[in-house]
Amino acid sequence: MNMSRIVRSTANILFPFILVFGFYIIVHGHLTPGGGFQGGAVAATGFVLLLVAFSPDIIRDKFSFNSMKYTEALGLLLFIITAFVAIALGTTFFFNWLANGGIIFGESVAFGANPGILNSAGTIPLMNVAVGIEVIGAMGLIIMYMLSGIEGGNKE
Amino acid sequence: MIDLYLLGQFLVITGLLISAVVIYILKDLLSAAIAFGVFSFLLSLEFFLLQAPDVAIAEAGIGAGLTTAIFVIAIRGTTSPVDSGEEEES
Repeated sequence: MNMSRIVRSTANILFPFILVFGFYIIVHGHLTPGGGFQGGAVAATGFVLLLVAFSPDIIRDKFSFNSMKYTEALGLLLFIITAFVAIALGTTFFFNWLANGGIIFGESVAFGANPGILNSAGTIPLMNVAVGIEVIGAMGLIIMYMLSGIEGGNKE
Repeated sequence: MIDLYLLGQFLVITGLLISAVVIYILKDLLSAAIAFGVFSFLLSLEFFLLQAPDVAIAEAGIGAGLTTAIFVIAIRGTTSPVDSGEEEES
């Protein structure tokens, strides 16, 4: 059972913008308010909009339980591997082993106000991206289980 | 001069009270779920006015987005007693 044409068109138009805004909040997590959880929740809202607007027959081909589960597991693995690499390098758990070291992540900034330099935080953006992927998978999984309970839903 | 901060908080809290009463009054379940979304959005605005933008983003994402979607899905899974022909006496 689809929702009305207005709801479907609005969901189609708004979906990429919501997704881009969620990724913006995730990537700028160490500079501005927000972070992995908030950005992941915003990005998951875009997926949820599609899940609510379209009929379960259409979304059965696009989203499956396994893909959401693998997304969540991928985020958790990325998070814990980033933490364990620090132990492998001979430092403590969760040590910021990319700080001051790399081209993409490593440059530290001078003390004082700056316009928001993105590549200045070492492993913290990696952690934020991992948490964002995990939250997208988890929220999608919650909604998929909720949809599986109603008639015509996507049974596991 | 009118303090803009106090005026904004007065408006937001008034809107919160009105939307909460509207949720209680409405008989249509889908309308009540949308009114709950409005309540949650105003609550996130109040968090932003109280200088907690982190909580405001989380509230707007979880409260106004996901909770409303879960309510809409749950309402889609139910049938109203008028449609199925078994009217209950209240």
